Amino acid sequence: MPKTIQRWTRSHEFWLLAVVIVLSMFLTAATDSFLTLQNLFDLLTSTSFAGILAAGLLVVLVFGGIDISFTAIASVAQYVALTIAKTYPIGWFGVFFVACCTGILCGLFNAVIIHKVRISSVIVTISTLNIFYGLLIYITRGDYITSLPSYFREGIWWFEFTDSNGFPYAINFQALLLVVAFFMTWVLLNKTNIGRQIYAMGGNEIAAERLGFHVFGLRCLVYGYMGFMAAIASISQAQLAQSVTPTTLIGKELEVLAAVVLGGASLAGGNGSVFGAVLGVMLIAILQNGLILLGVSSYWNQFFVGCVILLAVSATALSQRRRHAGLAS
Amino acid sequence: MTTFLELTHVSKHFGGVRALRDVDLSLEAGEVHCLVGENGSGKSTLIKIIAGVQAPDPGGSIVLEGREHARLDPILSTKSGIQVIYQDLSLFPNMSVAENIAIGSHMGLPRLANWNRINDIAAKAMARINVNLDLETMVSDLSIANRQLVAICRAMAADAKLVIMDEPTASLTRHEVDSLLRVVNDLKNRDICTVFVSHRLDEVMEIAERVTVLRDGGKVGTFDASEITSRRLETLMTGHEFHYAPPRPGGEVAEVVLAVRNLSRPGHYEDISFDIRKGEIVGLTGLLGSGRTELALSIFGMNPPSRGTIEVSGKPLIASSNRVAIASGVAYVPEDRLMLGLALGQPISANILATVLDSLAGKFGLINPAKRVAAADDWIVRLNTKVSDLENPVGTLSGGNQQRVVLGKWMATKPRVLILDSPTVGVDIKAKDGIYEIVHRLAAEGVGVLLISDEAQEVFYHTHRVLVMRQGRLVSEVDPLSSTERNLQEEIYA
Repeated sequence: MPKTIQRWTRSHEFWLLAVVIVLSMFLTAATDSFLTLQNLFDLLTSTSFAGILAAGLLVVLVFGGIDISFTAIASVAQYVALTIAKTYPIGWFGVFFVACCTGILCGLFNAVIIHKVRISSVIVTISTLNIFYGLLIYITRGDYITSLPSYFREGIWWFEFTDSNGFPYAINFQALLLVVAFFMTWVLLNKTNIGRQIYAMGGNEIAAERLGFHVFGLRCLVYGYMGFMAAIASISQAQLAQSVTPTTLIGKELEVLAAVVLGGASLAGGNGSVFGAVLGVMLIAILQNGLILLGVSSYWNQFFVGCVILLAVSATALSQRRRHAGLAS
Repeated sequence: MTTFLELTHVSKHFGGVRALRDVDLSLEAGEVHCLVGENGSGKSTLIKIIAGVQAPDPGGSIVLEGREHARLDPILSTKSGIQVIYQDLSLFPNMSVAENIAIGSHMGLPRLANWNRINDIAAKAMARINVNLDLETMVSDLSIANRQLVAICRAMAADAKLVIMDEPTASLTRHEVDSLLRVVNDLKNRDICTVFVSHRLDEVMEIAERVTVLRDGGKVGTFDASEITSRRLETLMTGHEFHYAPPRPGGEVAEVVLAVRNLSRPGHYEDISFDIRKGEIVGLTGLLGSGRTELALSIFGMNPPSRGTIEVSGKPLIASSNRVAIASGVAYVPEDRLMLGLALGQPISANILATVLDSLAGKFGLINPAKRVAAADDWIVRLNTKVSDLENPVGTLSGGNQQRVVLGKWMATKPRVLILDSPTVGVDIKAKDGIYEIVHRLAAEGVGVLLISDEAQEVFYHTHRVLVMRQGRLVSEVDPLSSTERNLQEEIYA
C-alpha cells in the first residue's frame, strides 16, 4: 500500500491538484466572491464547452494522435442540428442525434484521411479545420441562427433551489453534459479493453500492429469519439449562448489542447488521465476566473495562462529527467 | 522428439529481389535452435513468414503440428503458439508489467477489462519461468534485461510452443545474458522450442543444439552445435575465411604518442597511467560502468580530470574542451556512431569533411569547392568505401560504410591518437572485418590507437596489448601473444 501512495505522490496529478487547491485557497482569501455558490456554478457552466472538448481530445492524445479540427467540427455540428431543429420538430433527442451524427462523420473523415494517406494527424486536422470551417462559412455566408426552438431556449434544470438572496440554482444542462462527458471518457479509457488498446497504441504503435490490433478500427473510434464530443460540446455552448454563430468557436483549439497537456497528457501519446485532464481544465478556468475577480485587466489573461502552462510543463519535464537520472545511477 | 514446424522449399520475392530462396527448416519441440546469418541473409524474412506477417511465394509448404498450410497468418500463428520476441521487444512502456504480459486479454470485441484476470495471467506466466517482477511497475521504469523478461513472460502467457528471439542479447551485459540463458533452459524443460537469432557467435555456441546458417537468402545448412566452431560459423555465414592473428607487435622503440599519468576523476576512474606508442593498437576493456568510456572522454577533453596529466607526443594536453584535444591530435569515434558521429541527412562529403572545414577555406573564408571534392574523394579511396555519389546523404549507406565515413571524418584531422569506442557494435562480420582492416592500416601509418570494447574477443585478436579496467581502476595488462582469451575473460569478470 505505501508503494501505491508513493506512486500517487510522485504523479503529475498529485502536484496539479495541490496547485489547484492552493490557488483556490488564495482566491477564497483574496476575494469575497470566489467561494460563492453562484461563482462556482458560473464557473462550471462556462467551462462546459472547453471541458467536454478536453475529454474528447484526451482520448486522441492518449492514442498518439492529435486533432486541431474539433472547433470546426463543433461549429458544423451545431449549425446543422439547429438549422434542422428550426424547421422540423425533432426535439432534444433529434438535436443531439443530428449533431452527433454530423460530428462523428467529420471525425471519421479525419480518421480515414490519416489512415489512408499516412501523414501526420497535425497536418491532416489543420487542413480539415479549414475545410470544414470554409465550407460552413461559404454555405451559411456567416449568418447567425437566433430563432431557436422554445424547448432549446429554456434548457434543462434539475434540483432547482433558491438561496437566501433569492437567486435560483440548479444542476443545469451544461454542468450535466460536462460530468457525463468526463465519466464516459473515464469508463472508456480505464474500464474497457478498447481503452487499454488505445493506451497501448499510444505507447507503441508498431508493437500494437504486430499483436494484431485493429489499428484502423481504433483510429476511427478515437477520431469519431472526438467528433462526438465536439458535437456534445457544441450543443452545450449553443444552449448557453442562445444562438449559433459559425465564427465564435474557431480559435479555441489551443486553449483546450493546453488544458489537456497541462493535465499530463503527452503529445507523444500513451500518457494522460481523465483526472489530470479535469484538473488541467479546472486550473485554467479557475485562473481565468480569479484574474477577473481580482480585477486584473482581461488583457493579461492569456499572458498568465501561458505562464502557468509553461511552468507546469517544465516542472513535469524536469522531475521526469531527475527520476530517470536517479534510475540510471 | 516431435516436429513442431516444418518448412520446405520456402521462397520469397520482394519485387525483383529474392529475399529467400528454397529454404527448408524443421523445428522440434523442446529444442534450442539458432538461426544465424549476416544482415540481409534472409533471417528476418524467414521469421516473418513463420509469424505469418508475410506470405511465402507459392510452391513451398508449411507443416505446422502435422497440418499443411500454404501460408500462415498472424492469428493462426499466434493461436498455434508461435511467439516472436522482436529485438525492440514490442512492449508498451506506458503500461504496467501485468498489462504488458497479459496484453492478449485486451484483444477482441469491446467489453470491460478484467483486472483480476490480467493480474492472474501475469502472475502465472512469471511463475512458469521463475521470474519475479512487481506487477504494477511501469515497463518504462524497468532495465532492458527486465523488459526482456516481460517480453518472454508475455510469450508464456500466450501459451507459446515456439518462441523466436530476435537478437535477444544485443543490449545485455554478460551477467544478464547468463540469466537469459537460464530462462531459455526453463523453456526447454517445458518442451517449448526456442529459436535464437543472433550475431554473437560465442553465445550461439553456448546454448544451441542445432544451428541453421543462412547466406544471401539461401540455406547453407543445419548443423549440430557439437560439430561446429564459431570460427567455422563465420566462414559459413560469409563464405570467406577470416584470419584472426594478433597483429605484429608494435615498435618498442617508437615514439610515445599518448602518455597518461595518474589521471583521476573521483567517481569515474582513479589513478590511471599508461602509454601508447606510434603505430600501436592498445585495447581497453572492462564491464559497463568500469570507467573506460569516462576515461576516453577525459582524454578527448569532454570530461575534465581532477588530477593527473595527459601528454600527446610529449606536449602536455590541458584537455579542457574537445576542440583543444582535436587541435593537439586526438580523435574520438563515439560508441553510438549513428547518434553521435554522423549527420545522417547530410551528404557523405560534408560528413567526412566536418572536422577539417578550416583547411578547405579559400578566399574570404569560403569553402573552396574543388579542394572539398578532392579531399573527400581522397578519403573515400583510402578507406575503401563503396559510394556511388559523394553528395548522397550518409543515411543511404550501409552500416559498415557509415562506420568508414565516421573514421574518415576523424582521420581527416590527421590525428596522432585515435580513440575508438566500441566500433563494431551492431555491425555484421564482414563489415567488422573491414573495420579491423582499417584500424590496422591506420596503425601502420603511425597512428596510436586506443580500441575500447565490451567484447574480450575483439580486443584480444585485434590489439597489441589489452588494458583491463575494473571499478574505475586499471587492474591488469594482458599480452595476447603470451596469454589466452579465457585468461582475459577472467580478468574482466573477476
